[in-house]
Formats: sequence, structure tokens, C-alpha cells
Amino acid sequence: MSSRDSLPRLDRRTALKWMLTATAAIAVTDRAAAAAKHHAAEPVAKGYGTDPLLNQEYPPGAFWPLTMTDHQRRTAAVLCALIIPVEGDIPSAADLKVHDFIDEWISSPYPDQKDDRETVLSGLAWIDREANARFGTDFADLTHEQRCAIADDLCHAPDAKPAHAEGARFFAKFRDLTTSGFFTTPQGMHDLGYRGNMPLAEFKGPPPEVLARLGLA
Amino acid sequence: MPIITPAQVKSDYDVIVVGSGAAGGQTAYTLTMEGAKVLMLEAGRDYDPVQETPMFQTNGQAPLRGAATPDKHMGFHDATVDGGWQVPGEPYTNASDDPAKQFEWWRARMMGGRTNHWARHSLRNGPYDFKPYSRDGLGFDWPFTYDEIAPWYDKAEMLIGVYGENEGLENTPDSSPGVLQPPPAPRACELLARKHMAPLGIPVIPIHRAVLTQRQDGERLSKILHPGNAKAQRILAQAMSERAACFWATPCGRGCAIRATYQSTTVHLPPALATGNLDILPNAMVREVTLNARGLADGVIYIDKTTGTEQRAKARVVVLGASSCESVRVLLNSKSARFPQGLANTTGLVGRYITDTVGASMGAQIPTLENLPPHNEDGAGGLHVYAPWWLYKEQLRGDLGFARGYHIEFGGGRTMPGMGAGAGLERFTRGSYGLKMKEDARRYYGSFMFFSGRGEMVPNEGSFCELDPAVKDKWGIPVLRFHWHWSDHEIRQAQHMEKTFTQIIGAMGGRVLGPNASRRRVSPDAPIEKGGRIIHEVGGAIMGSDPKKSVTNQWCQTWDVPNLYMTDGATFPSNADKNPTITIMALAWRAGEHMLAEMKKGTF
Repeated sequence: MSSRDSLPRLDRRTALKWMLTATAAIAVTDRAAAAAKHHAAEPVAKGYGTDPLLNQEYPPGAFWPLTMTDHQRRTAAVLCALIIPVEGDIPSAADLKVHDFIDEWISSPYPDQKDDRETVLSGLAWIDREANARFGTDFADLTHEQRCAIADDLCHAPDAKPAHAEGARFFAKFRDLTTSGFFTTPQGMHDLGYRGNMPLAEFKGPPPEVLARLGLA
Repeated sequence: MPIITPAQVKSDYDVIVVGSGAAGGQTAYTLTMEGAKVLMLEAGRDYDPVQETPMFQTNGQAPLRGAATPDKHMGFHDATVDGGWQVPGEPYTNASDDPAKQFEWWRARMMGGRTNHWARHSLRNGPYDFKPYSRDGLGFDWPFTYDEIAPWYDKAEMLIGVYGENEGLENTPDSSPGVLQPPPAPRACELLARKHMAPLGIPVIPIHRAVLTQRQDGERLSKILHPGNAKAQRILAQAMSERAACFWATPCGRGCAIRATYQSTTVHLPPALATGNLDILPNAMVREVTLNARGLADGVIYIDKTTGTEQRAKARVVVLGASSCESVRVLLNSKSARFPQGLANTTGLVGRYITDTVGASMGAQIPTLENLPPHNEDGAGGLHVYAPWWLYKEQLRGDLGFARGYHIEFGGGRTMPGMGAGAGLERFTRGSYGLKMKEDARRYYGSFMFFSGRGEMVPNEGSFCELDPAVKDKWGIPVLRFHWHWSDHEIRQAQHMEKTFTQIIGAMGGRVLGPNASRRRVSPDAPIEKGGRIIHEVGGAIMGSDPKKSVTNQWCQTWDVPNLYMTDGATFPSNADKNPTITIMALAWRAGEHMLAEMKKGTF
């Protein structure tokens, strides 16, 4: 499993900013060191402010430190690959580091992500407990079939048994975060069927095969 | 570039213009092109779309995949900086805790103001819209007719560049020949909706938007716009030559580095600056207008935000174009012995009759649009078509139960994936994951549409603003307190919108998904959105022909102080369903010509 070192490179200015906020986060984490395996540090950073440079690329970690523990991150990557696996030449969500985006999301200092942080972090712990109860090991160490056996019980919340309700709520949220993360990458956008963001000399409207399909030809 | 500092402010300006958006930009353009010396004050920072616009950035390159946050209320790449529903340190208040009686106020503290991110919808008010009281006995007539203002609509459209078509529909005016740019071809979902709306009697026509679909003919247009003024013609032709036509990529809400869309910062301000007659002072928060001994405006007091110090500037004429409510706030804060309730407010009408647009929306999933062959639908970065109001006769007969109309904005399709892409499909897919989920995501992508109503609110006594008796902003300036009231006209109109959307979606064989989650309804069971949410607030210093019943005359000139003008939406006595920006520009242009004539006559 890839480590934090494989994060996209930050430019020096954002790297410095990241280091300053990360230092603060580490201080908090040190005080809570005993809980390190399953409890990520609370976000302590500020947001990007009301006037960030807009025409820049900001990989996860550019504005606030990521807060998942290595173990949470490993489980998240396994789930990303289960939800969006490799398909032909198209990489999996884990290959495209969508779990880093999910870490960015749940580490966000903004209020809208607070509930998702709770859902995701308690869900990651829940799914490990479930894996251990059923198969005697953490979720990330299960076989593909074992992972699917758990996911099949969680994937459609209205059908989930009461004992799986928390896991199903987590799975639905995690799947939405995974699709959002994946389908916003260049490979994911193309896979979804998005063909824009491309300068054109003229805009001709839908091609003939689309008009034919809609009965508008 | 005469972007100046307080130390560089001169003492001999003809006109001070407060605000740099559609109103301030147009006013300064009109004045400086004809030789007047203008100082423009902008409360936000300088901003250059050519340098700063995120033209091809994807949501995957933005923090949180571009999702809206309290720092960027319409998403990371939205052009607005230092603005939104709340501005840090610059609050406003509401008199009521009831969401149905509250107003939300979108502000942009930046050069160009809200023109940087607006939807570019440029719909003219029609003949009925200027005489609503005469038509149905409600609200107020404007002190001129459509025919009187039409030439300035033509001029504003030629200057900024508007695509659309002349359809000759009722109360949906045509532009003069040679004014409009060609409309873009409709997208798949727009064509499909048009096909199914026709049997319902709902017309779908090209919308008018301020986007260049071809390069402007600067030689021709500059001669029409500035006859007999060789310098203005040369400057405008040059400015137009620096604008590119749309290259059919990136949403207009981000702004436009190639200047294909109108924003004040790329269209109004560059030629105005090129005249050498315009100084722009950013970070200057105007607190009040000052008067001389004769009771004429002689300048403004502003806070230089870079130092927090109070400063003064002087001119022969003062124009407020800071956005309707902000301009009202300046008037109310300009108290003197002569005007104890605020400047130009002997009637007590300043702050009264604020209107926003009535909004309701509905999402839909359209099975016919599933699994379409992938193709590029970015288009002109906004709507290509819309449905103008179509029930004028039924409404006039009293068949509808509400007095004024609405138009429908709709769209969807294969937009750039963002936060939420492929999400929320559980209800359609029974919770697939893995390769099946990918197949499902491809199937449903592009099959979602939205329908939004944009309707006219009748002005009422319960929707107004005043100074909050206690709260001040961080500059020590008293802030506005809002009161809001939606009458039955608006509530029933929003219900009619929802009913219509349900019919359209049904006719398309689609599924109703309910209101857009980002919309703020006044309550879960009422379709109407909160006051202010459509960001079309106008009024507060309405114009009229009777000085006892209005704040300005038809030239946007305050009755009380003849050299004080209001060129933003504050003077609107009604708020037609047509989005207000192009009307603001037409009025500002006309008011600017009036100022020039009065200065030439030596009136002030």
C-alpha cells in the first residue's frame, strides 16, 4: 500500500503552509498518541480563506493536513478499490488516490464535512469489527470474496438488517465519496462519458446518432 | 493602469462613481468615453479575470472536488472572491427569526462585483413590465415606456455582446436588427424538453446571454455607439478586438480570461481606463455622501480598507452604483441636519419596496437521456434556451390566482463532473458497487435535469431594509436590517412553477426528484425560496414621476439632491421576471447621458 510520500508534490509555498499546519496537528496527535491506531486527529487547520488563488491545482493536503491514521487510510484504499476496481486500462479508485481525497474531505475544517467525518471514521472502525467478527481479521486483510460478502450486506441501505444499519449508512456515504473522487479525475471523467473542457472552433449541438436516439433526427 | 491609492486621489473629478459592477461599470464607461473625469470607488480588491480565471481547471484539481464551503459559497472555482452570503466582518441582520420573513444578501467585494460570476442572462423588460400598475392595478409604473428605453437596450447589448434571437413573442422584446449575436445550437436535453413542452403550450426559444458567439465587429459597432466621437470609436474598436469569441469550454460563472463573456472587468472598465479619464480606487468602502452648503452632493467619505482610515473624495456629481441595498445603506448612513432620516429620503421611501425574483426549482431524471453516446455538451457555459412566460392572457383574466409571470430556466446533461458525480444513485441501482456500479454511473450520467422558475414579485410594504439600531460592521458603519414578506401572489406563483415542472417532467417520461438540495426553501413544504436567494434584489430607492411617491426621477436622479444619481437596481419600481442586469446597464447608460448634458448646461 502506498504511503503518504506518494502524494502529489506540492509547490514550495503550499508545502510550507502545509508544514506549519501539520506541525500543529502533530502536537495534538502527540497528546492523543495512545489512541493513534483508530482515532484520527481532529482537524485543527483553517480553510483556504475567501480569496484563494483559483487557477492553481490543489492536491489533498494543500490547505489542511490529512488526518487519517495509516490503518484507516489502508482500509479506505481497499474500500475504494472494491467500489471502483480496475476496468481494462482504467485504473481503480485506489490507484488514483481517491482515498487521499476522502481523507481531505473528512479532514476538512469546514462544518459541512463534520458529519461525514464521524460517519466515515466510525464506519471504518465498524467494518473492521465486522470483518473480525466474521473472519477473524481486519477488513483490509480479507480476500476479495470475504470483502464482497460484507459489502453485499451493506450496499443497499433499505435492505440492510438492523445489525448492519450503521455499516450500510457508512457504505452509502463512502461510495458517494468514492464516486465523486474518482469521476472528477481525468480518467474518471472520461470513463463517465464527459467529453468537454476542450476548446472548440464551433459548437454544433448533439451529433446525429444522439439526435436519432432521442427521436429528434 | 490608473488603479490608484488614496494618496493619488485628485481634487478635480467631474463624477464619483461608487461601485464597479454592471451599474458602476456602465456609468463610468458612458461618462469617460464622452470626456468626463471619473473617480470610481470599489469596496473590494482589484481583480483581473485575464490573469486569475480558472479556465480549464477541473473539479479534481480543487480542494474538496470544488464543493461549496463557507469561504466559497458557490464552489471553489466560482469567480466571486471575498464575497458570498456572508462577508466576514460586514454583517447584515434580519428583523425576524422566521425563514419566510428573512432576506439573504449576496455581495461580492471585488472589482467588477457580481458581474464576474453572474449567469449572463440578459432579458429585456417588455412593454407590460414598465407599466405593471396600469395593467393589473398592483405595484408601480415606471416613469417611461418600453419604447423610450429600447434604444439604450440596443446600445448595451451591442457593447457587451448578447446572443439570442428575435422571436416576436408577447412582452418578450426583439432587439433591433444587427444587435444580437447568433444563438448557440441547443443541447440534447434542451431539444428533448422543447419537444415535450410544445404540446403543453410552453414555448422554448434561445435565451439571451452576454456571451460572444462570434467576434464583435468593433469598427461597425463603435461608430454606432459613439457617433462623431473619433477617440471613443478608436478605443472601443480596440477593446472589442481584444475580446475573443466563446471557445465552448469552461462555465461562465468562473469568469472568462478570453473576455468572451461580459463582465465589467473585461468589457466596461478596459475602454473606460483607456480614455485616461478614469481613476479606480479599490479597497474603498464608502460610508456616506457629503453635502455642500447649497445642499448639493460634493463627494463621499470612505474607509480605506488597507489602512482602516477615513478619507474624503470630492466631485461635481456623485453616482451610487454599489448594488441596490448597499447604495440604500449609503443613503441611510448619510445623515445631516437637512436630511435627518438619510440623504434623498424626505419621503421616507429609501429602503422601501425591495423585491427579489421568486424562485422554485425541481430536479428530474429522464430515462430517454440514459446511456447516450458520449459527446461534448459544454456549449456556451450556461443556458442556450429557456421558456419565457406564456400565460399572459390567462393571467390578465384572473385565471391563475397570482398576478405576475415567470420564465423557466432548465438544463442538465453532460456537464463537467464535480462533487456528487456518480453519487446518490442507490435509489436507481439498488446499491450496486464495483464494475456494475461503474456501468450504472455511465448509464445515468447526463440523464439528470433541473427546472427553475424565475418569477416577478409584486412590491409590498413588508419587504424593506433600514439601519440596524445597534449593529455596525468592522469599519464602524451601521449595517442593514431586513424585513421580508412573500405575498400570496408569490407563494401561489411558486406553487404553479412546481406544478408546471411536474407536468413537463411527466411529459418527458421522467421522474421527479424534488427540489435541488442547494436551494433554500422557506420551509420543507413550501416551494418558494427565501428572499434574496435568486440574487436579483432591486428597489429601495424607486423611480417615479411624482416626487412625493418616489426617490428618483426617470433619469435615476434623486429628487432631493439633483447631482446625486442612483444607477444600480435601487431605482427599479418593479422586478419583472427578466433578470435585471441588462436593464441596469440600459438605465445607467441613459442616466450617464443625462449627467453629461446637465454638466454641459452647467446645472451643477
